[in-house]
Amino acid sequence: MKFVFPLWSAAMLALTTALPAAEPIKVGEIASLTGKEAAFGQSSHKGTVLAVEQLNAAGGVLGRSFELLSEDNQSKSGESATVARKLLSREKVVALLGEVASSRSLEMAPIAQRAKIPMISPSSTNPKVTEVGDYVFRVCFIDPFQGTVMAKFAKETLKARRVAVLTSVSSAYSVGLAKYFKERFAADGGEIALEQKFTEGDKDFKAQLTAIRAAGVDAIFVPGYYTEAALISRQARELGLTIPLFGGDGWEAPQLIEIGGKAVEGTYYSTHYSPEDTAPAVQAFVAAFRARWNGETPDAMAALGYDSALVLADAIKRAGSTEGPSLRDALAGTKGFAGVTGTTNMDPARNASKSAVIVTIKDGQFKFVQSVAP
Amino acid sequence: MTEFLQQLVNGLSLGAIYALIALGYTMVYGVLRFINFAHSDVFMVGAFAGLYLAPLAPAGSILGGLLVTGGAMLAASLLGVAIERLAYRPLRHAPTLNVLITAIGVSCLLQSAGQLVFGAAPRSFPVIFPARALSVGGLDFSSNQVVVLVFAAALVVGLRLIVFHTRMGAALRAVSQNPRAARLMGIDNDVVIRFTFALGSALAGAGGVLYAVNYPTIDPLMGVLPGLKAFVAAILGGIGSIPGAALGGLLLGLVETFVGGSEYSTYKDAIAFALLILFLLFRPAGLLGKSRIEKV
Repeated sequence: MKFVFPLWSAAMLALTTALPAAEPIKVGEIASLTGKEAAFGQSSHKGTVLAVEQLNAAGGVLGRSFELLSEDNQSKSGESATVARKLLSREKVVALLGEVASSRSLEMAPIAQRAKIPMISPSSTNPKVTEVGDYVFRVCFIDPFQGTVMAKFAKETLKARRVAVLTSVSSAYSVGLAKYFKERFAADGGEIALEQKFTEGDKDFKAQLTAIRAAGVDAIFVPGYYTEAALISRQARELGLTIPLFGGDGWEAPQLIEIGGKAVEGTYYSTHYSPEDTAPAVQAFVAAFRARWNGETPDAMAALGYDSALVLADAIKRAGSTEGPSLRDALAGTKGFAGVTGTTNMDPARNASKSAVIVTIKDGQFKFVQSVAP
Repeated sequence: MTEFLQQLVNGLSLGAIYALIALGYTMVYGVLRFINFAHSDVFMVGAFAGLYLAPLAPAGSILGGLLVTGGAMLAASLLGVAIERLAYRPLRHAPTLNVLITAIGVSCLLQSAGQLVFGAAPRSFPVIFPARALSVGGLDFSSNQVVVLVFAAALVVGLRLIVFHTRMGAALRAVSQNPRAARLMGIDNDVVIRFTFALGSALAGAGGVLYAVNYPTIDPLMGVLPGLKAFVAAILGGIGSIPGAALGGLLLGLVETFVGGSEYSTYKDAIAFALLILFLLFRPAGLLGKSRIEKV
């Protein structure tokens, strides 16, 4: 025993002297790792983990490494607020990353705002998210832009004059995107023949689609998430509707093709990035992601999850501190940050303005169609 | 007119599935006088049993589809019998409220266990019946919708035959009318109750597979909404009545579809349930609830 004691204290001494310098920067991440939008949460999470690992391998920032604390909200409403409170009060994280779905980002935003801890949503596109307060940021474009892009696409590329809209009334994302699309499409001289609604969790859309069929439209805009988009496409084809369906970034997940099968062939959606982009930064990211996650190709959610962590690290470096207010100011001053989803400039409303990409499904694969600058 | 007929087809195929689940609620209620809330989760397990059995059977053939559905019915009925034996039988002489709370507990248990075993993310359901798009006189529907309607009709007829033309069916009706008198006549109530659960759960299992065939994403919480609606359908038809449950299911499917296809699609569920409340205000026993002869 006597012999062990000095060793023990030496170890203790080493630990205590090493601690202040190496204490990790705790970052909280909230994602839908399970449940209905698990594909989003998983992709985003994998991107974020890759970014944190790369940052730590490069020595971290301010001489400190990052510690990522991930929480799952099971794609359920109400859970994000609970886990956000837990991360802030118990873990004392310096920032929150998340969520993908706008409805769930809107749950955690007021909590981050009240605690004066910056929150960065990687991919919530509803404008309301950052309107919650000056501590809420995002690294993606917003729905007014996405709505404009798709309205223009419907008119110019699909040559559609009469369009039907099928909206999920229980999702902030879907309602917002539908609104901006309709405004823009009508302003451009198009006609919204009818709008039909559904609720999250619905599986039967034949009633709405039959009404759409009777209205005789050129295309159907479905601003929703991939599970519904795939089922809607299938049921539209079963009803003999052969017109194109198109949507927003909520469609982006491998499950769209897995569930939709042949029915999603020739559908279109807008998103944030394409792995087919030949920019060196994108290709380096795709290669690193494949190496880390068993050859999986990163989708837009993964790329935005990755960028969200890098934007945060960049701001911490510039702030020279992890204190809420100074970190907030540094985030607000993000300018010309080159990420894999393009260059991030924070506008005064704390939204990133970036270009959008339009993707189609051909032979069971996602195919890049065109890129649209803001 | 085409639109009306098309909505009719849509509504019937949705309603047929509600009807299949509603039959299980109504049978258990008829015999034990309580609502088996775990029924909607047996429906979910039926769908997952179908998912795991599908690779074993020839894909996209009628025989394969029947085999998978049959297997899922068997799995669901075994689960139903196990639930009855482990959770409900010990409470046979306890107040109905206790059994009801237990049923809710079993439902939660199955949902959580399902998330643990099957994973919480939605899974896509394979093609088990030959899938073809059919078009008759401007009406478009999938062969799966036909399968659902035919299956549901066959099962309801089969159920009627069992209940009214077999010895077991007679015993079932006897226990439903008066359990004590039935026992005095030499009927083993436990056997009859076990049989009721096996039969009702098998219908839920079939419903689960047919639902998954039509809406090919399944997850451990998939039973919640259809279960609730089927429960409503059973009440609407008059709980305890077999034709009532079938009729209630079809009616609910039709109302939901017609409202869903109108400009009030936002209020689809609200209108369907408001109609139900209105209806029950005027006819509290449900559509066919009065006729005690039909009781199981």
